[in-house]
Amino acid sequence: MARRPSLAGIGLTLLLAWLVLYPILIAAAQAADRAAIAAFVQRPGEWRALWASIWISVASVALAAALGVPLAFLFERFEFPGRAVLGALVALPAVLPPLVGVIAFLFLYGESGFVARALEHVLRLDHAPWRLQGAGAILLVHAYSLYVYFYLLTRAGLAKLDASMLEAAQALGAGRWVTLWRVTVPLLKPSLAGAALLTFMTALGSFSAPYVFGGGFRVMPTQIVASKLNGDVSLAMVETVALVVVALAGLTLLSRTEGDDVLVALGKGTAPRRRELRTPSTRALAAAAGWLLAAILLLPHLTLVLVSLVPYATWTTETLPPVLSIVNYRRLVSEPERLRPLVNSLWMAGASTTGAVVLALAAGWLAVRRRVATRRVIEGLLALPWALPGTVFAVALATTFAVSRPLALRWVLVGTGVILPLAYLVRNLPIAGRALLAGYRQLDPALDEAAASLGAGRWRTLSRVTLPLLAPALAAGASLAFVTALGDFVTSIVLYTYDTRPISMEILSSLRLNELGIAAAFGVVLMVTSAAVLGIGMRR
Amino acid sequence: MTVFLTIDAVTKRFGAVVAADAVSLSIGRGEILALLGPSGSGKTTMLRLLAGFETPDAGSIAVEGEDVTRVPPARRRFGMVFQHYALFPHLDVGENVAFGITGRGKGEGGRVEVERTVARVLELVDLGGFERRKVQELSGGQQQRVALARALAPEPRVLLLDEPLSNLDPALRERTRRELRQVIQRVKITTVFVTHEQEEAFDLGDRIAVLRDGRLEQIGTADELYERPTTLFVATFVGRANVLRGATARALGGKDGDVAVVRPEQLQFADAGVPGIVRERRYTGPAALFIVEGDRGERFEVLAEPGAARVGERVYVQATHVLSFADAGEVR
Repeated sequence: MARRPSLAGIGLTLLLAWLVLYPILIAAAQAADRAAIAAFVQRPGEWRALWASIWISVASVALAAALGVPLAFLFERFEFPGRAVLGALVALPAVLPPLVGVIAFLFLYGESGFVARALEHVLRLDHAPWRLQGAGAILLVHAYSLYVYFYLLTRAGLAKLDASMLEAAQALGAGRWVTLWRVTVPLLKPSLAGAALLTFMTALGSFSAPYVFGGGFRVMPTQIVASKLNGDVSLAMVETVALVVVALAGLTLLSRTEGDDVLVALGKGTAPRRRELRTPSTRALAAAAGWLLAAILLLPHLTLVLVSLVPYATWTTETLPPVLSIVNYRRLVSEPERLRPLVNSLWMAGASTTGAVVLALAAGWLAVRRRVATRRVIEGLLALPWALPGTVFAVALATTFAVSRPLALRWVLVGTGVILPLAYLVRNLPIAGRALLAGYRQLDPALDEAAASLGAGRWRTLSRVTLPLLAPALAAGASLAFVTALGDFVTSIVLYTYDTRPISMEILSSLRLNELGIAAAFGVVLMVTSAAVLGIGMRR
Repeated sequence: MTVFLTIDAVTKRFGAVVAADAVSLSIGRGEILALLGPSGSGKTTMLRLLAGFETPDAGSIAVEGEDVTRVPPARRRFGMVFQHYALFPHLDVGENVAFGITGRGKGEGGRVEVERTVARVLELVDLGGFERRKVQELSGGQQQRVALARALAPEPRVLLLDEPLSNLDPALRERTRRELRQVIQRVKITTVFVTHEQEEAFDLGDRIAVLRDGRLEQIGTADELYERPTTLFVATFVGRANVLRGATARALGGKDGDVAVVRPEQLQFADAGVPGIVRERRYTGPAALFIVEGDRGERFEVLAEPGAARVGERVYVQATHVLSFADAGEVR
């Protein structure tokens, strides 16, 4: 079909560029400051933070793969009692927003957490046997929260494998290990590369774990926020650009290995059948290992629930809290200054999700259906916020919208109620965009034409045909976007004001005031809301 | 024939490709016209131009004298049956058929009217009582009939069909073709359909327009196209044909320097003529197709009674009828 110049296409392209690209360019321009660059280059701390970001991300990928890939094989290739239930439970870390996962780890494995207290008690120590701090703590949290990518993508890849390819290898004389290395793993390469990319980008942008557990150990996102909060804006911009460079380098390197999807598309056969574990002992072993694992993976969730039931100042030296009540939940609702962040987070996540979905719908319509001339640019702009760590956008938006220059399309939004929803919206664009572009691609264009030939105008076609058929993609994209915005911490810490403080900021200040029960209760609310929204949105 | 639908010098380009090259056609009221051509001949583009999904770069389309060239599909009142049917997967059979007529009458009376129309149209395609079925549960043939019912429900002025039978297995095709013809004739609707299969075009079309590279090669009844093709392309694309040149063409009675086209049934074995050896015999029941290799290396297909010759036998071939065309180079 011919590419036609379209006013709507140009308008959307410019709007997206203003939202996504413009702030980054402003940040880059501010980074061109000789003194700031000199400071960055000369301080060893900066280089340490940059290097730490890189090796922590690479190590996170390795750990997440080491956990996630064997689990995927276990649950996809073998049949044993409880497989289906356990297989779903294992994906549960996905419903913990980053900061909530971090505080759950703090309560569980921290110096005054359950595990440390239990050991103290059993071994009769007079202080905690360890400190949950530094690179090790960060890696522990990353491995726990990020293996899900490897687990889910490898499982999906295994389910897509064509059984006849494995049979062909066996018929050609390959044993089980040769088949694994020469057929299965190469065919899984796109899934593995995709998971590695997701894990690397998330670990690189990870802020909550380094912020809470880092101590003196700095990675680039925490370094940027520290510079920004110290008022050293130019240095923060230089650091931001450095992080962008690392992110783009990682993206280029990893996405190059991802493009071999053709291999899998060739096969159209059925997935290999699961191998029934026959010997009673192996069956019992697999089941026991599975349940133990699920228990370990669920411990943070349970910890959070338990701590949320502890009233203020009732738990001191005991191994387990002596008093449990729901007073913390009552306080969330009854104290206006606690209810405020709940309401704030809900409306800001709702508004930003609505905005992102509307923009993604328009982008899908223009880029996929109308195939406007700027469709590649539109798709690129939609995906860009995904490629850059959240800190980068937070700092870039904070800089761009801190001055009033209407002619340069810059207004003072920092400090108003607009900036956080706007920042969430930008961060949600890739999530909503990916879901809706894929949804649009799966729609048969003949359906629109059929509606038109039956006399339906543009709006009737949209409401009666396009939207109902896009509903699954819409629900999936919107629920993911909503949950991401609801649990956001990294953007909020840079851009929040007291009036617009979201749940994550309230969790942080409750921790500072030693209101552990309140912090945990907020965490449980976030966790349950996220799980419910995802459960509804991802249902098929 | 009263002209109902007029296509006047319609041209459509996609980049460097000319998908329709000044095509002019007139279609009579109630006529069934087949657009026949190989893939890439522009037949589907022509159908999409008629439906309004594409706008011509030049030329015009008119129905009963009303210029509809730039009327959008939604207001053109042309019904269309898509190649893969394009049934709405989220609506049931009844809702699919009602899609084009809901909102015509308001209130309770309107709803009853819509339901009555849906029932009547489904009855017409022999799917009475299928209203609440899901479209995914239907067989290919049933889906095709729902698509037809949906297109007919709003009582369109023209019915357009894009390769209507290509998605059905061969056993179903002939029966569906017959039913399709019956429905079209009962509704008496002017119909244009696209096909790349000659048999389908001959069986279903009152007239057939042969397209090639966006140009109209010839339009006529099946008999006319087969017996009096006006171009070498039509002669070879429609029906089996032996294409012969040079001395062999002359020997069979063709004009000097021309290309001779002879149908297999217009060749026969005789005591004298072009000499050759029977290489193959394909038995088809009442007759057999003999592949003969001539002494100059040319190949003939001869349709004769099954016992007319044996493989390996030396024969002489004569023509009863020869079509002659000026040589336009390579036959495609």
